[in-house]
Amino acid sequence: MEWETVIGLEIHAQLNTLSKIFSGASTAYGAEPNSQACLVDLGYPGQLPVLNAQAVAKAVKFGLATGSKVARRSVFARKNYFYPDLPKGYQISQFELPIVETGKLEVVLEDGSIKIVGLTRAHLEEDAGKSLHEDFAGMTGIDLNRAGTPLLEIVSEPEMYNAKEAVAYMKTIHTLVRYLDISDGNMAEGSFRCDANVSVRPKGSDKLGTRSEIKNLNSFRFVERAINFEVERQIDILESGGKVVQETRLYDSVKDETRSMRSKEEANDYRYFPDPDLLPVVLEESYIEDIAKTLPELPGQKRKRFIDEHGLSAYDAGVLTASRELGDYYEHVVERLGSDPKLAANWVSGELAGALNKAGLDITESVVGPEALADMLGRIVDNTISGKIAKDVFEAMWSGEGTADEIIEARGLKQITDSSAIEAVIDQVMEANPGQLADYRSGKDKLFGFFVGQVMKATQGKANPAQVNDVLRKKLAG
Amino acid sequence: MSLTKREVENVAHLARLEITEGEIERVVENLSSIIDFVDQLRGADTGDVLPMAHPLDMSQRLRTDEVSESDQRKRFQANTSAVEAGLYLVPKVIE
Repeated sequence: MEWETVIGLEIHAQLNTLSKIFSGASTAYGAEPNSQACLVDLGYPGQLPVLNAQAVAKAVKFGLATGSKVARRSVFARKNYFYPDLPKGYQISQFELPIVETGKLEVVLEDGSIKIVGLTRAHLEEDAGKSLHEDFAGMTGIDLNRAGTPLLEIVSEPEMYNAKEAVAYMKTIHTLVRYLDISDGNMAEGSFRCDANVSVRPKGSDKLGTRSEIKNLNSFRFVERAINFEVERQIDILESGGKVVQETRLYDSVKDETRSMRSKEEANDYRYFPDPDLLPVVLEESYIEDIAKTLPELPGQKRKRFIDEHGLSAYDAGVLTASRELGDYYEHVVERLGSDPKLAANWVSGELAGALNKAGLDITESVVGPEALADMLGRIVDNTISGKIAKDVFEAMWSGEGTADEIIEARGLKQITDSSAIEAVIDQVMEANPGQLADYRSGKDKLFGFFVGQVMKATQGKANPAQVNDVLRKKLAG
Repeated sequence: MSLTKREVENVAHLARLEITEGEIERVVENLSSIIDFVDQLRGADTGDVLPMAHPLDMSQRLRTDEVSESDQRKRFQANTSAVEAGLYLVPKVIE
């Protein structure tokens, strides 16, 4: 039988507020254990949560950016369960009336095509603490610094049909939250993670199969691998006549497999009810309008503009809009250069990205700034240097040897565009290689490349390649 | 009786309450009568009524996003029985 996979994702994005969602404790990452856990976070009796205005504003920003419905009235609810990283015995979340509902997201797939994925909802909630199981004989250590950190849980419709689509969707959300500056998206620190709901059904069926939920996936690669493993596992069960059990599973990246996490009898029964400690959140029209005014150009809009106005390929536009900072860098280059956006795009996503990657640097930490790069590209445009020599100039700039002009001057890299000088070199090369010349003239066209190579060698790569081709072709023809 | 013994046992388990065999019948009876009482409300027509999320007819005030709490770990951890390396220790929990 042919099977179809159906995937829905629940993404947890930590909102980058200074303080927690319901208390004034710091959310800074990496502090001494429990040094940022105050009475509210510890669940002491008599403490009242007070909602953080920025957490609300950031959720609204997300709602507006995805064309979702931003609820004029939303309600916090208690999700009840016992676990020591949650001292109150419940998590404050939103259930029936979330702050954001029903949006849509344009996702660019690997082949460049666009898929629309529906967003079911996005709600505000508090993160739990961290449990450390390893280091204490028979005991678990609890760090509640993370408890109360604001989370936006973004729930998609079950509308993705393979692991790659799910990853593309997750990357789109990841880019978006960083553009909006609502989350730092740092996956290694757990600021951005997801649960995947995976099921399979016979192809053509419109009924969903029984799903399993894979918890806490914190890298794009793990999402892809966990889903692929899970799909295989479920198909194996169904094809051998078994039934998939609805359960929570954990992905083990070392063994590259998922395994059952909670048994069925402990099936989630959270007994949600409105939290009496918090009043409904009511948002005025003017408040939402004010936030709408602060929205930056979104990645999808920027991508379209780069394609339409700069003439970039869909692929290049996608690469250059992967982060707001990268797009800004590229636009600075184009602005200063004043022409040739494609050349700028090639260099930013090629040489520059390669150098950054090698040095382990972020675009904002680039050794060569956008102005310096633009000035160097200007020397390609005005024919001072060839594209090939430009790579050497760039490398020298990267290692701090100065500006493009200084390096071109100091190293004598200025391109030879004087046609009489080029002709003289060509004459020498022809004279020095009579055998090849005779072969070429008797029909061995392929030797043309050999002559180009010799000329470039004789000029240390400084001859203008277009000119060399031109003159050489004429001279060789005799 | 609107509740079964099983349902009450399940809810007690979820709430981590221990109800002895001797108590259970009385609890089932008491809870059922509460449920039955509330059930009468179903008779009222609430078609035009917005569900009430809070008894006070007010909306949530928001707090400015600033750090106002300092580290008081030492004081808080004086209240607990087991602490190591700044962590609260609890009986081992592992899924």
